[in-house]
Amino acid sequence: MKNIKFIYLKITLLLAFIATVTISCEREVSDDVEFASYQTTPEIFIDGFMGGLDYFPFGNSFAEAFSVDTEVKYAGTASMRFDIPVFGVGYGGATFPSKGPRDLSSYDALTFWAKASRGADINEIGFGINGDTNNKYRVTMYNLPLTTKWKKYIIAIPDASKLFQEKGMFWYAEGAENILDEGGYTFWIDELKFEKLGTIAQPQPAILSGLNVVQQTFIDTNIELDGLTQTFNLASGTNQTLSIAPSYFTFTSSDIEVARVSELGIVSVIGSGTATITATLGGVKAAGSLTIESSGSLATAPVPTLASNNVISIFSNAYTNVPIDFFNDGWDGSTTQTTDVKSNGDDIKYYSQNNYVGIGFQNPTINASAMTHLHIDIYTEDIISGNFEIQIRDRGANGEINSDFNGNPIGDDKDKRYSISSLPQGQWTSVNIPLNDGLASQKNNLSLIVFVGGVPNFYVDNIYFYK
Amino acid sequence: MIKTSKYKIRIKVLIIRSFLLMSSFFIIASCANDDTQTVAEFTQLVMADEFSTDGVPDSAIWDYEIGTGENGWGNNELQYYTNRTENITAQNGILIITAKKESFEGASYTSARIVTKGEQAYGRYEARIRLPYGQGIWPAFWLLGADCGPAVVWPQCGEIDIMEYRGQEPTTIHGSVHGNGFSGADAITKSYSLLNDRFDTGFHVFGIEWAPEYINYYVDDVLYNQITPADVPGEWVFNHPFKIIINLAVGGSFVGSPNSETVFPQTMLIDYVRVYKK
Repeated sequence: MKNIKFIYLKITLLLAFIATVTISCEREVSDDVEFASYQTTPEIFIDGFMGGLDYFPFGNSFAEAFSVDTEVKYAGTASMRFDIPVFGVGYGGATFPSKGPRDLSSYDALTFWAKASRGADINEIGFGINGDTNNKYRVTMYNLPLTTKWKKYIIAIPDASKLFQEKGMFWYAEGAENILDEGGYTFWIDELKFEKLGTIAQPQPAILSGLNVVQQTFIDTNIELDGLTQTFNLASGTNQTLSIAPSYFTFTSSDIEVARVSELGIVSVIGSGTATITATLGGVKAAGSLTIESSGSLATAPVPTLASNNVISIFSNAYTNVPIDFFNDGWDGSTTQTTDVKSNGDDIKYYSQNNYVGIGFQNPTINASAMTHLHIDIYTEDIISGNFEIQIRDRGANGEINSDFNGNPIGDDKDKRYSISSLPQGQWTSVNIPLNDGLASQKNNLSLIVFVGGVPNFYVDNIYFYK
Repeated sequence: MIKTSKYKIRIKVLIIRSFLLMSSFFIIASCANDDTQTVAEFTQLVMADEFSTDGVPDSAIWDYEIGTGENGWGNNELQYYTNRTENITAQNGILIITAKKESFEGASYTSARIVTKGEQAYGRYEARIRLPYGQGIWPAFWLLGADCGPAVVWPQCGEIDIMEYRGQEPTTIHGSVHGNGFSGADAITKSYSLLNDRFDTGFHVFGIEWAPEYINYYVDDVLYNQITPADVPGEWVFNHPFKIIINLAVGGSFVGSPNSETVFPQTMLIDYVRVYKK
């Protein structure tokens, strides 16, 4: 499985502008056309852009990835050509939004013909990337396999009735994820359009990947529902599962005094008790549910008493915090989810399903030369299994993290590793970690605090260096 | 409903094997777009079940076939046929046959199969059905020689499959005849596929019109095949009374076994079964 994360949400407007100017193969509708509502033009690219289309490459993507090819095509005079760079050079990624909204509600699928210069999987491909709506109706197909022969592909619309004013016609993101993954190749797409196939049937929507999850939590916790999919049976008899945006679903809470769900799939816990979150899509009940067991308000952590001039604070309502780059950077292989919780006005971070996660601060790094300890307040209802390790990393003067394959510091990096073998359940514990061992002589470029293993679900508050 | 509906047809849709043996009602002088096709000509209703009484199917018309037959009804089918309400019941004018995944009498699936008490030679047989879907799902609407048994063994007794369907091919049905020299995988078959539609999302009419010299196959308003004695490499055994069978099989040699994507339960919905004579 591929796990690459593209920064496709950040559309570089400058690149987009340049690209828009260079692409001039639009066909405008004639002057005497009058639209009763939004245009229903299904074509996106036939031999050129159709119905008024833009081209916005994603941030940091390989800008020359897309071109119009008049030599290789499935039909007509031209195809869309995508040149995917070799590993290390970047990736190809772009969205092709309609200039004006289109009414796609009479179609049931996006279809196209495609082939590649070698066998390849397109990492992500779909429609519904629309900056106006924050990608409200995004659809993603992962790992679409292409061959060297032209073949027709279908990406089903999860619920076409939602797409009566959609701009996100088509998008893709593909790159070599490692030295062994395919890169330095070309793929082509032609006859790209929406269609009413009439053979997209038997919907099987799911939330939480179809699992019935029970989660213990507290008031003021927000939980984002994930694993949102729609599955259809196609004319070929095969099932197609697509990753889809929350707004395709209608969510329901069994007790709105305990938990409520927004259109964006965010569950807000507002009371004590039990509530089960379920969903429907186009009138079909989705598999999977989230049962919230709210234990009321989370107890507040001990209020810090140290004077602020003895503290460098990372996360606390008691002090002014230094700039933090991330509380969870979504590292490869990390299963950790991070949630903001408020308890009696106090901000708390909740880490769930943790295997490893880091808090990063490198703009600037922290000079803790005058400090002696790191303080963290931790709350968990889990029993520690094995060791719960907290690592504090100094990245040295070279401006980057240097680790070996086991994550140990090398080069000019140093760290402190502090193991906790037990924590009392259901109450706050203050942990004070001395800045010794690897940090005894070097703690002027601290940039990372890492939580590893031991306890899957925990709350943290009042993270600060002190003397 | 079909009866003698007239409709427009393109020449390529109409593939007739033998012009010589065409019966007189079947006029194909020229096939311009304006030509119409007569799908069915037999109009005298002799039997109909509209399933308008809720509950068990009309015992005056139908018998159940219970169990796993011999070698899974000769096809290594996986289901155990029952007469339980959860496998067969009429509701709101629809006969519902349900294939379930459950352990029952040594089988892993249950379903139902019914056969008419009455029998008839020749005639027009049609049913309006919404089919189930999924790998390993095998519904059928078919005729079997009423004399099938130890004395006249299959396929000598004859089989006419009005509609067979593989759940993993939701846009295609098959119409076949079986006899000595043309049975099982060697049956005389033609497939019919829907364009921009499928058989598990709505009701469709499946029918044949069977006369001494031919069997015509149709789906909805499209006559898609004619089989005549000249088409079969053996004896034309379709000259004696047959019974109607409707069943929903799971697994077996025609479809293969269900897989992890096959959704259970699956339902076959039958709106009506009608039999006409000329």
